[in-house]
Amino acid sequence: MRWIWFDRFEQFESGRRAVAVKNVTLAEDYLHDHFPGFPIMPQSLMIEGMAQTAGILVGEARQFTEKVILAKIRRAVFHTLVRPGQQIRFEAEIEHLDEAAALTCGKITCEGELVGEVDLAFAHIDQNMSGLDFPEENFVFTEEFMSLLKTFREHGAEKVRL
Amino acid sequence: MATIARDEIFAKVQQTLVDALSVDDDEVTESATLTGDLGAESIDFLDIVFRLEKAFGIKIPQDELMPRDVLENPKYVVNKRLNEPGLAALKSSMPHADLSEFEKDPDIDKFSDVFTVATIVNFVDAKLARQA
Repeated sequence: MRWIWFDRFEQFESGRRAVAVKNVTLAEDYLHDHFPGFPIMPQSLMIEGMAQTAGILVGEARQFTEKVILAKIRRAVFHTLVRPGQQIRFEAEIEHLDEAAALTCGKITCEGELVGEVDLAFAHIDQNMSGLDFPEENFVFTEEFMSLLKTFREHGAEKVRL
Repeated sequence: MATIARDEIFAKVQQTLVDALSVDDDEVTESATLTGDLGAESIDFLDIVFRLEKAFGIKIPQDELMPRDVLENPKYVVNKRLNEPGLAALKSSMPHADLSEFEKDPDIDKFSDVFTVATIVNFVDAKLARQA
């Protein structure tokens, strides 16, 4: 099973911008265990949600032919807490994309308020400079993952090219 | 365009490296190497270049800062070492770098030591002077 940290896409502009939303609910175990008695959405998982939103945006820009790996958290700043019952939006934009890598910038908002800013770097790992070989099969955008993406496609990401 | 003093360029480069590499500003000295002293990895170079472009309002084509056409050219690289014509080509492509140490032992694996903070400052300085 893959841990997917958003529920659906709201907007998707190929090669440019994607917006995904996540509903935060007490049914999710981690909210009980992160700070017992004080359930808040962990910031580390919001970074993961942004990495998934931005990573799919970067992958789609090259028709999912590259293995897109999170290479660096360039910046992560959080301003406020997110609690159960709230919905967060991951707004990711591609700042730079080339053969080897991509840079994205992103905002996380909740009910119109800025929750955090997360800027990331992704590597297309088959194009790595050290010349390392990776398995031919795309272990990032697997068949299972692509099937899941098809369901997103019907809900806000009509423009995702599969 | 007005020219920027070198110490002003250094201050901006220093801030760029503090932000990109999560190092303290007193670690970012002119002689500090990006990979050895400041812990930069390959992906950091892309991040640094992008931040420099934003900070100074310049465009930095990838080959300008690091001439891959020389460093990956089999005509110049023999047994992972740069030969004489390779060193000459490198010097003409990297006037912003002090290559005196690298010349003594032109092992490609040691090339990253050429990238000191001063190399970056010189590069930006020359780039801004050309634009002025």
